[in-house]
Amino acid sequence: MTVALVLAAGLAVACVVAVALPFLREPEPESDVLDELDPEERKRLELLEARDRALAALKELEFDHRTGTVSDEDYRAQVGVLRREAAAALRELGGRG
Amino acid sequence: MPELGRAALVVTLGLSLFALVAGTAAALEGRRRLAQSAQNALVASFVSTAVAAAVLLSALLRNDFSFEYVARTTSRALPTAYTISAFWGGQEGSLLLWLLILTGFATAAVHLNRRWARDLIVWVVPVFAAVGSFFAFLLVAVASPFATQAATPDGAGMTPSLQNPYMLAHPPLLYLGYVGLTVPFAFAIAALLSTQLDERWLIATRRWTLFAWAALGIGQLLGAHWAYVEVGWGGYYAWDPVENAALMPWLAATAFLHSVMIQEKRGMLKVWNMLLVLLAFGLALFGTFLTRSGVVNSIHSFTQSSIGAWFLAFIVVVVAVSLVLVFLRLPLLRSPTKLESPVSREAAFLYNNLLLLALCLAILWGVVYPMLSEAVRGEAVVLGRSYYDFFLRIFGLPLLLLMGIGPLIAWRRASLRTLITTFRWPTLVALATGVLLLFLGAGSSIPGLVAYTFSAFVLATIVMEFARGTRARMALGASGWLTAFTSLVARNRRRYGGYVVHAAIVLLAIGVAGSNAFDSVAEAKLERGQSMRIGDYTLTYRSLSERAGANATEIRATLGIRRGGRDLGTLQAGKNAYTVEQQVSNEVGIRSDRLTGEDLFVIAEQIDPNGTVYFRVFVKPLVNLIWLAGLVFLIGSVITLWPDRREQRRLVARAAQVGLPATR
Repeated sequence: MTVALVLAAGLAVACVVAVALPFLREPEPESDVLDELDPEERKRLELLEARDRALAALKELEFDHRTGTVSDEDYRAQVGVLRREAAAALRELGGRG
Repeated sequence: MPELGRAALVVTLGLSLFALVAGTAAALEGRRRLAQSAQNALVASFVSTAVAAAVLLSALLRNDFSFEYVARTTSRALPTAYTISAFWGGQEGSLLLWLLILTGFATAAVHLNRRWARDLIVWVVPVFAAVGSFFAFLLVAVASPFATQAATPDGAGMTPSLQNPYMLAHPPLLYLGYVGLTVPFAFAIAALLSTQLDERWLIATRRWTLFAWAALGIGQLLGAHWAYVEVGWGGYYAWDPVENAALMPWLAATAFLHSVMIQEKRGMLKVWNMLLVLLAFGLALFGTFLTRSGVVNSIHSFTQSSIGAWFLAFIVVVVAVSLVLVFLRLPLLRSPTKLESPVSREAAFLYNNLLLLALCLAILWGVVYPMLSEAVRGEAVVLGRSYYDFFLRIFGLPLLLLMGIGPLIAWRRASLRTLITTFRWPTLVALATGVLLLFLGAGSSIPGLVAYTFSAFVLATIVMEFARGTRARMALGASGWLTAFTSLVARNRRRYGGYVVHAAIVLLAIGVAGSNAFDSVAEAKLERGQSMRIGDYTLTYRSLSERAGANATEIRATLGIRRGGRDLGTLQAGKNAYTVEQQVSNEVGIRSDRLTGEDLFVIAEQIDPNGTVYFRVFVKPLVNLIWLAGLVFLIGSVITLWPDRREQRRLVARAAQVGLPATR
C-alpha cells in the first residue's frame, strides 16, 4: 500500500514537472506567441500544392500514356491543360518571390 | 497494487483534461508555452496509462484474485497466453487497452508532425485530449479495472471460445483499427478548427488511416477464422451486430482512402472527405458502444453495463460538434474544380464511394433496426441473413466490377475508343470464364457465377496493369523483368500496393461466393463403424476418445475419410468440457485441400453416453481463398504503407518554401 502510494505520488510529480517544463525552461521568454502561417504563407502553400498536383498529374499521365492506359487522343486532350495549370501556379509563385 | 493503477488513471484523466483546456486556450490565444505544456500533458498521459496497464498485466500474471477483474476473467488453470489475453477479454481491461493505444497513437502522431504541421498540431492536441478524457473518465468513474475484493482461491475463468490463439491477435488488431481512426478524426477536426484546410491534414493522416484500415481488415479476417474454427457453427461471418460494428468503419475508411485520391489529384470532394473521416470515427465509436452497452445480444459483446448511456452521449456530442464545424467551414471547403466527365477515374471512384456508403448504411440500418423496433413496438425485430446478403449482392457485385474499371480509366475524361481498347482483353477473359463455369455447372447460383465472372475481369485488369507497367519500365531502361517490376512497385507503392489489395478482395469474393453459393451440408447420427456420404467424400465413424487437457476434458470422435476410393486419413471432431468455467465447447474437425482450397468441415453436434454421435458435415469449396486473401491483403497493405522517401523529400521541400521547418 505504502509503496504503491509513493510510486503514485512520484508519477504525479513527474507528470506535473513535464507539464510545467515549458514554463520552467523559459520563465521570461522573448516571445510567447505561436508561430502560425500568415495569409501570404497560406497562399504560397496553396500555390505550391496546386503546382505539385499538376506536376504529379502530368507525370502520371505520361506514364499511363506510355503503358497504353491513356490513348494518344486522350493524352493530347489532357497534357496541355495540365501544363497550363502547372505553369500558372509556377508563374504566380514566381511573382510572389 | 490496485492503488497505483487507480492513481495512474486519475493522473491520466487530470492530464487529459489539462491538455484539453490548456490546449484549447493556447490555440485560441496563440500562446506558445501553454501549447507546449498541453502537448507534454498528452505525452505524459501515455506514460501514466502505461503504468496503469502494467499494474493490470502484473495482477493478471500473478493471479491476484483480489482484483475483481482478474477473478472474473481468469483462473489458475488458464494458460499464460490466455491470461495475457484476458487484458482485453473483459470490459474494463479492453477500455484500458483503448486508452493505452489512443494516448500512444496521439503521442506518436503529434511527435511525427510537430514541426511540419505545427499550426495544426496546436489544435490536434485538445481533440485527442477530449477523446482521451472521455475514456479516462469511464475508467476512473464507471468501469474501473482496479476494483478490489477479498481475494478468492481461484478465478471464474475465461469463456471457452475465447481460449483460442486467435484471441491473442484479433481483438488488439480491431482496437488498433478503431483507435487508429481517431488520428484522421483529430487532424480533420483540427483542420476545421484552425481553418488550415490545405492538404497537410490529409498527408499527415494518410498512413495512419491506411494503418487503421489494414488493422481493421486483418483483425476482421482473423475474427472470421476464429469463428470458423472455434465457434463451431460451420460459418465464418454471421452478420452479427458486433461483427458488423467492425465492418462499417472499415467500409467508410475504404471509401475515404479512394476519395482522398480525388482530393489529392483534383482538389475535389473536400466536404465529402471530411464527412467520411467523421463517419469512420463515429462508426468506430458506435462499434465500441455496441460491444459494451449490452444493447445487442452477441457472442462478441461484453455483459450488460452502465457505460452504454455515456457512450451514446459521447457519440451524439462528437457527431453534433463535427457536423456544426463542417457546416461553419463550408465556404472554405469549396472545390476549385468540378467533375469533367462521368467516364473518368474520379467518377469511377465516386461511384465506388456511393456503393460503399450505401452498403455501410444498409448494414447500419440492419444493426439499429432491432433496437429501434424494440424502442417503438417493445419487440426487437432482427433482420436476418437474407437482408444482409441481398444488399451485399446489390452493392457488392457492382463494387467488385468497379474495382477493375476504376484504375484503368484516365483521370478527367476517357474517350470511347480508349475504353474499348483498354477493356477488350479483361472483358474477353471474364466472358470466357463465365461461359466455362456455366459449362462446369456453376449456374446453380447466379450471384456466385456473376461474382466469379467479375472476379476474372478484375484479376485480368490487375495482371494487365502490372504487365504494361513493367513493360514501360523496361522501355525506360530497367535491365530485366524483375528489376522493372520491382522498380515499378517501388516508384508508386500506393498504386501497385492498391492493386495487390484489390487482388486480395477478389480472392475474398471468390472464397465467399464459393463457400456460400456452392457449399453442401449433410447430417447423420452414427454408431461406431457406420458411414455417411457428402459429395464424393465418405466419412466412417471409427472411435471415441477422452483425455484430460490443461484446463478441459477433451472428447474426440475419430472419423476415417475417403474420397473417390482414395484414403485421406482421419479427422477428429468433438467437444471440450471446461472444468473451471463449467462450459462445453464444440471443437470442429477441418480437412483442407491445399490444391482446390476446399474444406471438409465436421461438427460433432451431440455425443451420447453410449458413444453415438450426431454429426453435421459441410463441404466448403474455395473457402481457403478467404484466408489466403488475408495474407495478400497484408502484403498489399505493407507495400502501400511503406515510407516513400521521394514523397518525403517533396513535402519537406514544399514546407521549407513557406518557411515551415524542413523536417517532419
